Amino acid sequence: MSITSLTAVEIAAKLRSKEVSAVEVTTAFLDRIDSEDAKYGAFLAYDREKAIAEAEAAQGRIDSGDSLPMTGVPVAVKDNISTEGIETTCASKILKGYIPPYDATVVEKLKAQGAIILGKTNLDEFAMGSSTETSAYKLAHNPWDLTRTPGGSSGGSAAAVAADLAPVSLGSDTGGSIRLPASFTGTVGYKPTYGRCSRFGLVAFASSLDQIGPITKTVEDAALLAEATTGHDERDATSNPAPAVSSRELKSGTLKGLKLAFPREMYGEGTDPEVQKAIQASLDALRREGATVDEISIPSIPLGVTTYYIIAPAEASSNLARFDGVRYGPRSQGQGHIDVVAKTRAEGFGHEVKARIMIGTYALSAGYYDAFYLRAQQVRAMMTQQFLDAFKDYDFIVSPTAPVVAFKLGDLSQDPMAMKTLDYCTIPANMGGLPGISIPCGFAHGLPVGLQLMGAPMEDERMLQAAYCAEQLFAVSPKRPNL
Amino acid sequence: MPNYVTSVGMEVHAELSTKSKMFCRCQVAFGGEPNTRTCPVCLALPGSLPVPNREAIEMVIKTALALNCKIGGTKEESIFHRKNYFYPDIPKGFQTTQYGEENPFGYHGYLEIPTPDGGTKRIGIRRIHLEEDTGKLMHLPSGGSGIDYNRAGTPLMEIVTDFPPDIHNGEEAKEYLSQLRQILMYLGVCDGKMEEGSLRCEPNISIAPEGSKELGVKSELKNLNSFRSVQMGIAFESRRQEAALENGETLLQETRGWNEQKESSFAMRIKEAENDYRYFPCPDLVPMSFTPEYIEELRANLPELPLAKFQRYTQEYGLSAYDANLLISEREWAYWFEEAIEKGGEPKAICNWMNSDFAKMLNEEGITSRQSKITPDHLVELVKLIEDGTISGKIAKTIFAKAYETGDMPKKLVEASGATQISDTGAIKAQVQAVLDANPDVVAKYKGGNMGVKGFLVGQIMKATQGRANPGIVQQLLDELLSS
Ligand SMILES: [Zn+2]
Repeated sequence: MSITSLTAVEIAAKLRSKEVSAVEVTTAFLDRIDSEDAKYGAFLAYDREKAIAEAEAAQGRIDSGDSLPMTGVPVAVKDNISTEGIETTCASKILKGYIPPYDATVVEKLKAQGAIILGKTNLDEFAMGSSTETSAYKLAHNPWDLTRTPGGSSGGSAAAVAADLAPVSLGSDTGGSIRLPASFTGTVGYKPTYGRCSRFGLVAFASSLDQIGPITKTVEDAALLAEATTGHDERDATSNPAPAVSSRELKSGTLKGLKLAFPREMYGEGTDPEVQKAIQASLDALRREGATVDEISIPSIPLGVTTYYIIAPAEASSNLARFDGVRYGPRSQGQGHIDVVAKTRAEGFGHEVKARIMIGTYALSAGYYDAFYLRAQQVRAMMTQQFLDAFKDYDFIVSPTAPVVAFKLGDLSQDPMAMKTLDYCTIPANMGGLPGISIPCGFAHGLPVGLQLMGAPMEDERMLQAAYCAEQLFAVSPKRPNL
Repeated sequence: MPNYVTSVGMEVHAELSTKSKMFCRCQVAFGGEPNTRTCPVCLALPGSLPVPNREAIEMVIKTALALNCKIGGTKEESIFHRKNYFYPDIPKGFQTTQYGEENPFGYHGYLEIPTPDGGTKRIGIRRIHLEEDTGKLMHLPSGGSGIDYNRAGTPLMEIVTDFPPDIHNGEEAKEYLSQLRQILMYLGVCDGKMEEGSLRCEPNISIAPEGSKELGVKSELKNLNSFRSVQMGIAFESRRQEAALENGETLLQETRGWNEQKESSFAMRIKEAENDYRYFPCPDLVPMSFTPEYIEELRANLPELPLAKFQRYTQEYGLSAYDANLLISEREWAYWFEEAIEKGGEPKAICNWMNSDFAKMLNEEGITSRQSKITPDHLVELVKLIEDGTISGKIAKTIFAKAYETGDMPKKLVEASGATQISDTGAIKAQVQAVLDANPDVVAKYKGGNMGVKGFLVGQIMKATQGRANPGIVQQLLDELLSS
């Protein structure tokens, strides 16, 4: 078995036993990116010299017995996460050539661990989309079927892991952007409780919803990467004071006696019957292991998408105001400040970003604020409460991560509403700040299907435990695409 | 022609004297090389996040308490909002501020100002909130323009007076601003430098016929960088508006600038539609609430404010209003005075020395009381030496000047110069007798009824003792010997 098909945990073990060197590991992935990424479009940028230098330093730490769990393990990072000295574009032309002078907290933490920043992965422009098709630079392709999307917005991060271009990656999740691509690519995608992972250095899309998290081959890798990247950060005022997500008790959970709830509203219209079948089969498997799965009702779920498409664009319209060409990024020519800003933004932003800025601007405008933004916040509060109420009786909420499997590139790009409704199962976790994880649970039409678990806030560790048990139980085969 | 009443609403912006900026750890200072005090946060680099400065928030709450405000807004939670607009000096494309009455740090307070009749008038305060300052646009020698973000993100406190306004003329506005400035400086939250822009005042002025329930069309006045310009600007505006109305003109809601040289205002821009700033709560910052214990602790630790000091100095120490005002004019000056009193100085004497010789010397040298070598200990000791008759008032002046120069203690200086007062009756009596003996004609004049010559004799005695004879004893002995 080649190095590049190993999990992060396996690589770390081989590094510790000196079976391989950190440079060999990093080189293996870089070589594979060089030769294969043209097929997948997973990476927007990588810096071989920098990565090798980091690997050499990591090997030095390993040799001197100063290694940490992720020392020498390469990590791909979504290109909306700030990396010092490596171009960070958010897959937008408006940030073409922008090289951050600082590292995001998650990157800083990875570097402190001695992990290798392998490169920057493709995404929907500013993370706005569910298929990575709004990237201003290139399409990303699903390793299970290159004519299909890997999902989005963290499509590059998911494709990279599924195609063995990186053992693990970081994505960001505002309305399902980690979990949906994980579901489409047969990988594990974990969104921590809001505030557990610092957003410092994550280019904001919707600040109250955004959360960075891992996309990996296994739950164990997700826990490893989460442990290395989460924890309180005083540079993020919304950061939770709790320590990092712990992986210590990961394997000591059991499915026996677990109380699971399945909201009937998450079998929405348009759920692919094959997906439904795969989900039912996995729920039956869970029951056989001694878990109970009750069907419940959370009436606000159908309001999620609409609510999300008011709150997220509203915050985005303000968050993206800083891209004016004054301090960084390309600047267009014009007469006077407002004209220069207008032209810079007209030329720099893609269609989907502009549409969301327009929607958000409208939702915050005088006379509409109460009817849209304020109302949406009220619905959000109500929805959060309904989920919290459910968690009084149940350990976790289970559902399909997405109602469909990976669709063909181009199929939904002309139908923005159809694309947006794909997120109705994942959005509630962002609305309520809940932890959520998607794990592979089977196949439909020969493509991966993801099962989503959501927990009460700060139940990350227990949710990872349950996900680990379920993962062992499902033992999905084939584990990876035919590359 | 009706009598018009002027109404003035005051918006005061005070840059807080914090060590670091509002949402990052960059240093706060005036001037400097452009863009040297910046970081990813205050330059609004992608991915940077704000973290509120606790010191700034505490300063605003202290100010709110000193201005008798309620804390936390009507919703009992303070939150930051985003005010969205495009301008090159705001790097994020929005200013982080606090919007409306519901969630500022302080609301519904008041400030008392002295009135010409010796009373006080209450000026209502609508709200006090915290926001961040903008950068500065600069025109470059090359012809283009640049932006200096050194000031961007400096904590800025805004204090807004009540509506409808309690202030009705330039005099009151000036008094309000001056009281407010003094309070801010006493609280140590703002250096009060209007010329450097750390305290900015933008009054809005309108006039309406007496008895009218409606206020007139208001103009907002900018570029006021002294108390004088605030007073004159408001007076000018109310005259200008009155003349316009009398001419049958329609007033426009506008922003006007003050021209200090011409002592007149000029139109800057007409307010058309209300700008839509799309305010909404900043999702990067969490709502803040404060425990009653915390508020009470801050309240208990508030310094005594200038008006209270004034009352104490005049009532308890019997100082004149003039003297008391001089003492409270600067926080350090008042504290210096109080330290001297604490160390046993007699208030009136200490005050006299401070407001005359000491103040004069400091002014001449252009330094502050804390920078001078004279400490409250020096003055207390000097005043004691006069009180117990060791030195005369006249010699004290020389000693004070020497102490000011060298920093030596007065007692030591007096001993070294041998300038102690002679209070030994025997020794003085000999000198008095000698002067009487040497001036028999003068003595005769005195005895003949010309009492005025006594001054001459005193002068001769003081001269003979190099001014060291205790004047009281001299007088007493002179009377005694002349009448014998
Ligand atoms: Zn800064």
